[in-house]
Amino acid sequence: MATTIGKPDLLVGKSVRRREDPRLLTGTATYLDDVKMPGMHHACIVRSPHGAALIKSINTQPALDRPGVAAVFTGADIKNLGAVPCAASLPGLRVPHHHLLAQDRVYYQGHPVAVVVATDRYLAADAADALEVEYEPLPAVTDPEKAIAAGAQPVHPEWPDNVSFTFHQEGGDTEQAFRDADVIVKQRITSQRLIPTAMETRGVVADWRPGEKSLTMFSSTQIPHLLRTLVAGILGMPENLLRVITPEVGGGFGSKLNVYAEEALMGFIAMRIRKPVKWVESRRENFQATIHGRGHVDYFELAAKRDGTMLGLKVKIIQDLGAYHQLLTPAMPTLSVLMMPGLYRFKNVCADIVGAFTNCVPTDAYRGAGRPEATHGIERMVDILAAELKMDPVELRQKNFVRNDEFPFPTATGLMYDSGNYEAPLKQALDTAGYTALRAEQVAARQQGRLMGIGISTYGEICALGPSIALPAGGWESATVKIEPTGKVTVLTGASPHGQGEETTFAQMVADALGVSIDDVLVIHGDTAVVQYGIGTFGSRGTAVGGAALFYALEDLKAKMRKFACMILETESVTLTGGSCICEKTGKSVSFAEVATAAYHAKKLPPNTEPGLVATHFWEPPNFTFPFGAHLVVTEVDRETGSIDIKRYICVDDCGKVINPLIVSGQVHGGVAQGLGQALWEEAVYDDNGQLVSGELTDYALPKAHLMPWIESSHTCTPSPTNPLGVKGVGEAGTIGCSPAVVNSVVDALSPLGVRHIDMPLTPEKIWKLIAQGGQA
Amino acid sequence: MKRTISLTINGKRYSHEVEPRLLLIHYLREVAGLTGPHIGCETSICGACTVVLDGKTVKSCTMFAVQADGRDVTTIEGVAAADGKLDPVQEAFWNEHGLQCGFCTPGMVLSAKQLLAANPNPTDQEIRHGLEGNLCRCTGYQHIVNAVRTAAAGKGGV
Repeated sequence: MATTIGKPDLLVGKSVRRREDPRLLTGTATYLDDVKMPGMHHACIVRSPHGAALIKSINTQPALDRPGVAAVFTGADIKNLGAVPCAASLPGLRVPHHHLLAQDRVYYQGHPVAVVVATDRYLAADAADALEVEYEPLPAVTDPEKAIAAGAQPVHPEWPDNVSFTFHQEGGDTEQAFRDADVIVKQRITSQRLIPTAMETRGVVADWRPGEKSLTMFSSTQIPHLLRTLVAGILGMPENLLRVITPEVGGGFGSKLNVYAEEALMGFIAMRIRKPVKWVESRRENFQATIHGRGHVDYFELAAKRDGTMLGLKVKIIQDLGAYHQLLTPAMPTLSVLMMPGLYRFKNVCADIVGAFTNCVPTDAYRGAGRPEATHGIERMVDILAAELKMDPVELRQKNFVRNDEFPFPTATGLMYDSGNYEAPLKQALDTAGYTALRAEQVAARQQGRLMGIGISTYGEICALGPSIALPAGGWESATVKIEPTGKVTVLTGASPHGQGEETTFAQMVADALGVSIDDVLVIHGDTAVVQYGIGTFGSRGTAVGGAALFYALEDLKAKMRKFACMILETESVTLTGGSCICEKTGKSVSFAEVATAAYHAKKLPPNTEPGLVATHFWEPPNFTFPFGAHLVVTEVDRETGSIDIKRYICVDDCGKVINPLIVSGQVHGGVAQGLGQALWEEAVYDDNGQLVSGELTDYALPKAHLMPWIESSHTCTPSPTNPLGVKGVGEAGTIGCSPAVVNSVVDALSPLGVRHIDMPLTPEKIWKLIAQGGQA
Repeated sequence: MKRTISLTINGKRYSHEVEPRLLLIHYLREVAGLTGPHIGCETSICGACTVVLDGKTVKSCTMFAVQADGRDVTTIEGVAAADGKLDPVQEAFWNEHGLQCGFCTPGMVLSAKQLLAANPNPTDQEIRHGLEGNLCRCTGYQHIVNAVRTAAAGKGGV
C-alpha cells in the first residue's frame, strides 16, 4: 500500500504566523457591527432596571411618536413564539418558560421588556428612553445560598424553594472511605460569578426576504448551525430557509456558545417590518444580559490516611443559576462533578448539586465551564490537607497521582482518562522554578517578616467535548475538503472559530497531508449556507474534534487522488509528496493540479470512482481527551497594603501534540490571564436588590497589561490516543490551572498568620483586612 | 441642528453635516465608512476605538465628531502603506502572534505606535504601562509585549 510522505519541511508543529491576521491588523475585517444593508433599521432594547418587579403597564405611544421609529414590540407581540431554549436535561429539572420579552414580570436587571426599532441607532435609543414602563418592584434574592434558605423570596412564584434541580452522583464507597480515614479536612470554597467580557459584545443583523420567505441572520456566535436549528424552532420557520452567517467574531469564551432572545427577536422584527434590522449590544447590556460564568458555593470534605493517601471526596455544590436557564446552564455543575477526582487515584466521590434560582442573569459556559470550579476546589483541598498533615504539597500530590501504567484510568465519576504522565509537568515546573532553593528562600524571607508564598496546582481537564452521548446536540464535528479543478484546496469546517486560528492550523494540516503550499489552502467557516452542519468551537474541541474530522476527510480524499493518479500513471500504487503523485516503481509522476483536472474533466474514470475531488467527514470522538499540567506561582504579599506581587508564574501544560506552538502559547497566556482575573480581581457583584453593581468596565476589574506577570510557559507532550492527531486541546488549560495555583501561593504566604483559605478574588482590601485581623477572617 | 465639519482622515479630506451629539467613533464608522476602529465599552476604558488625533491617541467613543472639526485623524486603515505594505508594528504583531480575535488590535497597534514614538527603546514594564489603556481579553498581553519589543528593536519579529 502506498504511504503518504509529506514534503521535507512539514508545517505541523511549526509556529506558522496566522493567515487570519492581515485583515485583522489593517482594520479590514468584517465584524458584526460592520455589516450594513440598504434600508437597515436599528433596534434598541428596553430592559428592566429592577432585579425583580411586576410590570404594571407599558405605554409604547411616546416611543412610537418619536421621529424615525418604525415599530415597538412588547411581550404581548411575541407571546406565541417559542422560548429561549435550554438544551440540557436533568431528572426533575424545573425549566421556567423563557419568553423572548418579559410578560407580566421581570426576573433580573437587564431582562428585556420591549424593543424599539428606528431608522438610526440614535433615534432608536431616544425612542427607547421615551417608552414608559410602570413597575412594581419586588424584593429580590441574588445570593444562591440565601435563595435556597427557608423563607427566601421566590424568584419564580411557582417554585417557592428556588430549587431548579438537585443532582446526586456517587462512585465507589465514600462512606467507607471516610470511616477508614485518619484525617478529614473540610472547607467552604466559592468560585465567584464572573463576566466573560469578550471585547466584542453580541450583535445580530437579520434580513427577511419576503419573496423567498427566507431569513439571513448575521450573529456574533460560536455555534452558527445550532443557532440556525434553534432559532428556526423559536420562529416556527423551516430550518433550511434560515441562513446564519458568523462574521469575524471578537471573542467568545463561552458567552457566545448560546442562543439568546435577541437573536430570535431580530429575526421576528425583520419579518414584521420587512427591512433588515441590526442590534448591537452595549457593554452595559453585555454585563447585564449576556451569560455570566461560575457562581459556585461548594462545601468540600476530603478524607485521607495519615501518610497522605487520599481516600475519598465529598462535595456539595450550590450553583447560582440566575433567573433562567440559557442553553447549557444546568449542565455546568455536572461537569464540575465529573472533574472532581482531579489527577488523583482515589476512587470514592460523592457529589450533590443544588441548582438555585436567583434574580440575576443566567450563568452558563465561561472558559473552563464547570471544570475551573472543580479544579479550584480539589487543588485547594489538597493544599489544606497538606497543611493539616504538615506535608509538602508537592509530595502529597506525587503520592496520589494516577500512575503512568494505570492509563486508561477509570475515575470514580465514570470517566476514562485517556493518557497521562502527571509527574512530568510537575517535575518540569519544579525544575524551572528551582523549587528547593525557593523553599529555602521562603524560610529566609519569613525570618525577615516577609510574606512569601509558593503555590502549586496540578490540574486536569475534560476536553475535546465530546462524545455525542455527553452533549445535548451531538459532540462530533465535520469537515469537507475540496480540491478545486485548478488544484487549489478549500476546507469547510463546522468548528466555527473566533480567534483560535483554525484558518492557520487547519491549513497547516492540509498542506502537510497533501503536500501543497499553505498558500493554496483556504479554510472557510461560519456560514450555514456554505458549510455542512457542524457543532462549533468551544470546550477545547476545535482541533481535537474539528481537526480530527479534517484528518479523516483528507484520508478519504487522498485515497481518491491515488486512484486517479494510478490511472494516469498506469500503475498500482503511488505516493503523494511535494505536490505530486509519484509511482515509485517507474519514477514517473503527475502533478497535483493534473490529478485535480483529470478528476473534474472526467474523460476517463478509475473503476468504481465518481468524478470530482471532494470529501466530507463527520467524526464522532470515542472519548473526551484529558489534558493536564502543573502551574507554580511565587508571590509576595505586602503587609502594609495587602497587595500581591506575582514574582514568578510558571506553567507546564500537556495538551498532547501541538500543531502550532505560537498559537498554543497564545491560548495558554490568554487562559492564564482569565484565571488570574478570577483569582485576583474580577467579580460580578449584585446588591441585595438585584442591581448589578459591577455594571460597566469602570467597575469590573479586567486584567490589564501592566498587571500581568511574565508567564514562563512550557510543555510536556503525552499524545492522546483518542484522536489520530494525538492532540488534547488547550483553550481552557490556562484558566483551569491558574486560579488554584495563585490562591495556594497567597495562602502559603499568609500561612504564618494562621490563614488556611481565602475566597477569590484576592483583592488587596480583603488581604489587608486578613493581615490586620491577624489572619482571622 | 446639524453642523458642518471638515477634517482629514488618513490623508483624505472629509466634509459632512453632522448632529452635534454624534460621537466621533460613529462618524468614522458609519459616515466615513472606516470600520477599523471598534466600539468595545462606550466608557473609554477598553481602547478598541483608539484613533490618532493631531498626533495623539484618543478614544473616539467619548469624543464628539464636531470636536474633530478641522483636525487630522489617523485610523488603523491609515497605518499600512498605500501599496499594502504593513507598518513595522503591524508586522511585529503578526510575527509575534500579538492578536487572537483581533477586536482590540486596531487600538492596540495605534497605542503601540504612539508608545514607540515617545519612547523608541522601552522596557517591558514601560510597554505594559503604555498599553494599560487598551484591554485585550484573548492574549494575556505577553505576545503583544513581545511584538512591541521586537518592533522597537527594528526586527519586525522573528
